[in-house]
Amino acid sequence: MSTVYDLKREVEKPERLTGGHRLCAGCGAGVVVSGVLRALEKEDRAVIVNATSCLEVSTFMYPYTAYTDSFIHSAFENSAATCSGAEAAYNALKRRGKIDGTVKFITFAGDGGTYDIGFQSLSGAMERGHDMVYVCYDNEAYMNTGIQRSSSTPRFTRTTTTAVGSAQQGKKQNKKDLTEILVAHNIPYAAQTAPMGNFRDLHSKAYKAIYTPGPCFLNVLSPCPRGWDYPMAKLPEIIKLAVDTCVWPLYEVEEGVWRLSYTPKKKLPVEDFLRSQGRFKHMFKQGNEWMIEEAQQYVDQKWDKLLERTGA
Amino acid sequence: MEQRNDFPSKYPVSYPVIGAGGDTGSWRMFRPEIDKDKCIKCLFCWIYCPDGVIDRDNLQINYDFCKGCGICAKECPRNAINMIREE
Repeated sequence: MSTVYDLKREVEKPERLTGGHRLCAGCGAGVVVSGVLRALEKEDRAVIVNATSCLEVSTFMYPYTAYTDSFIHSAFENSAATCSGAEAAYNALKRRGKIDGTVKFITFAGDGGTYDIGFQSLSGAMERGHDMVYVCYDNEAYMNTGIQRSSSTPRFTRTTTTAVGSAQQGKKQNKKDLTEILVAHNIPYAAQTAPMGNFRDLHSKAYKAIYTPGPCFLNVLSPCPRGWDYPMAKLPEIIKLAVDTCVWPLYEVEEGVWRLSYTPKKKLPVEDFLRSQGRFKHMFKQGNEWMIEEAQQYVDQKWDKLLERTGA
Repeated sequence: MEQRNDFPSKYPVSYPVIGAGGDTGSWRMFRPEIDKDKCIKCLFCWIYCPDGVIDRDNLQINYDFCKGCGICAKECPRNAINMIREE
């Protein structure tokens, strides 16, 4: 089966994330998860492992799950270890001929469960080389517990633990670049993507990640209407702005070869992205112009480095 | 979907159902309605729907679970989806 994206063919596939889960209206995670699971072939089964996150608490309420595939939730810090264990058990059963068909292993975790708490088990699973995909849906803070900062939160962001006041103006540190850290693990496939346009980018990257043997990593931008403070219907617009301002560049690294997936026709100023969300509101106050300048400088620096690496 | 029992277990196990979180349609403030005359069946509403409540074959919305986020109405290239305030 080719990786060419054909929406008409995707329509034939059954929905793997059923409606009636408890994610907030307009949540990016629902879009990301159904987009990634759509890349699975119709006949293949999947084992979905979930770190504790918004996604976990809202799609899995005993005795029900919203996934049509097998689902495991263990804890915040060991989702990758759980997934790698299930994969090892599957391989053992397969060797003895006790299991039919193909089963794929997919882990979903938020940025808290990936960038911070689950990082050691993720790093271990990637090093051991299990045939699994780790999908981080990055909403840039601990949204589940009430919008606390994580190491994925960008600089100057207002969260409940990086307040805006006289002592500080939002988060002081820059965002950790996790995709680069995962590339340094020398895994066969790592990519950064977002559900944009007709989902071609997300779909083809998810397909590659699922069907490339070995450990693969996807980092997917997943806006949160509550935490980012924007009207919920604006999700596609926010994602487009993040990609067009190069705040969230789309690229993939296959066997160590960097490739840029999308170059904006016109690179927009970061200001456009910041203005669209309430969490950056204080940056537009008088006297805070330096914040926007510094944010722009940081994005430009990262973008130039990416262009250099991808040879674009 | 009927509740599945094809994997009987003596341990407490969760099974997949539609509407695992209950009647989430009651969260809705605005109800999306598809204007079938304007619709070109591009299915952009379906790929973006975070709740998977749009039926791909006859483009019916399942109002039991639709939370009324309005992403479908924003994304529709023909503006065929109207958001109507719930009574």
